[in-house]
Amino acid sequence: MSTVVLLLFTGLGLGALYFLVAAGLSLIYGLMGVLNFAHGAFLTLGAFTGWEIARRTGSDNWGTFLLSLLVGAAAGAAFAAFTEFVLIRRLYQRHIEQVLITVGLSLAAVALFDGIWGTDPVFIQGPAWFKETTEILGARVPNDRFVCIIAAVLVLLALVFFLKNTRYGMIIRAGVENRSMVTALGIDVRKAFTLVFTIGGAAAGLGGVLASHYFGYVSPMLGGSLLIFAFIVTVIGGLGSLTGAAIAAVAVAVLQQFANFYLGGTGDFVVVLALALVLLFRPSGLLGRTS
Amino acid sequence: MTAAAQTRPILTVQGLNAHIAGQQVVEDVSFTVPATGITALLGRNGVGKTSTIKAIIGLIERTGAVELDGERIEKEPTFKIIRSGVGYVPEDREVFSKLTVAENLRLAERDAAPRRQLVEELFPDLLARSGQMAGTLSGGQQQMVSLARALLNTNKILLVDEPTKGLAPKIVAEVAETLAEAAKTVPILLVEQNLHVVRQLAGGAVVVSGGRVVHTGNALEFLDDAELTQQLLGVSTEPAAGKTAAKGAAL
Repeated sequence: MSTVVLLLFTGLGLGALYFLVAAGLSLIYGLMGVLNFAHGAFLTLGAFTGWEIARRTGSDNWGTFLLSLLVGAAAGAAFAAFTEFVLIRRLYQRHIEQVLITVGLSLAAVALFDGIWGTDPVFIQGPAWFKETTEILGARVPNDRFVCIIAAVLVLLALVFFLKNTRYGMIIRAGVENRSMVTALGIDVRKAFTLVFTIGGAAAGLGGVLASHYFGYVSPMLGGSLLIFAFIVTVIGGLGSLTGAAIAAVAVAVLQQFANFYLGGTGDFVVVLALALVLLFRPSGLLGRTS
Repeated sequence: MTAAAQTRPILTVQGLNAHIAGQQVVEDVSFTVPATGITALLGRNGVGKTSTIKAIIGLIERTGAVELDGERIEKEPTFKIIRSGVGYVPEDREVFSKLTVAENLRLAERDAAPRRQLVEELFPDLLARSGQMAGTLSGGQQQMVSLARALLNTNKILLVDEPTKGLAPKIVAEVAETLAEAAKTVPILLVEQNLHVVRQLAGGAVVVSGGRVVHTGNALEFLDDAELTQQLLGVSTEPAAGKTAAKGAAL
């Protein structure tokens, strides 16, 4: 029983990270039709800037951790806004070029991070409480899992509130459904594009700081490794669906953890198998639009 | 509006060409829409009527000149054209199905003082359904939402694309009545396949065939010319009865 509980909470913590990356990916694709392969770079930049804050101000206190979350989210948001405004805006409806430029940007960003912080992982420590465990039904669950889960739930609630209760949220929901009709109502949808990219970048940057504590290190490849699973989560959840991304993130991560433990380390294989089944039997994803 | 402004066309389209996925769908289309009343844009299925409307507001790639109330607008992006005073009611309604009726209407408000009272008077049913998801409305109710979105703002022209398509006869009559009411204050360019509705509403007619304008003139005179109607629209009409023959009642 304790093993199941431990795997469950570890999966939920990992799912929280997947969700923080997939939320932005899903909204960006849903609204703009852009497959953003540079999204992992937003996460990595967030992680490194968070690590810099921790390194410079002392890593073992809560104030530093909260500040690193804020700075990491801001760095991710700024990088994403720059990407949309300078690179993507000129390429709307040109999907091949979008893929090429975001892939190129992700490769360039990794090279840049290599140049600044080196190719080796840099290790990070958070508040002492992170290293401790909390016993739940006999399982000793590392506390940093709870931090990831709580942060992701708060981000989900904030995004849902924003989408449901603000005019820009309404524009984004409408744009995910029918972008050209939003324009035909006299709305400059480009502002919503920049906003969605910025929000997605902030969530990824926040996810980067949390991922660095979850894994205990930051490396230039951190974003890329999480991005693969975030794409899978986005497709399984349904492109453009935030709720779908949340459900799929938890399902994928928990499935991955259980398969890794009980099926001889086949977690990644099982997740890809789940993706194949969804694409075969429900191509629009769990909560996505039917084409 | 001054007398001079009333005699000037509200919309002038000159040499309009449009493409979808590289294929030309509108070819050298030129016509004007007067500053009052309803002008019908007619033609057989697939001749480019909807594409012409979309090209005017820049929803599809196009070249040529478009002038709205004396101002050239063809270089402007769609949202600016709409903001300059164009109300657009698309074919198939295109309401946002996952937004409520109230959200659909709020999204369309662009004036500082949107005409909510007018919309409530014209469509009282929408008020009662304001919290309902637009995707769960009937086709007629969705058309009301689509019309209401355009009527919320003060416009120089309404572009209305097949508003009666797929609707029950009773709802068709209601839509026609709403358009007649709206036309008292704003000129309308109307794409409509139901020739009864055209006969009832339109003053002028622009007929498109093969992506080109092939006839312009008075709508009733055109519809009363059975031979010309048969030639350009592929339907026969009965001018004496003022009705379109059953076979071609709806193109």
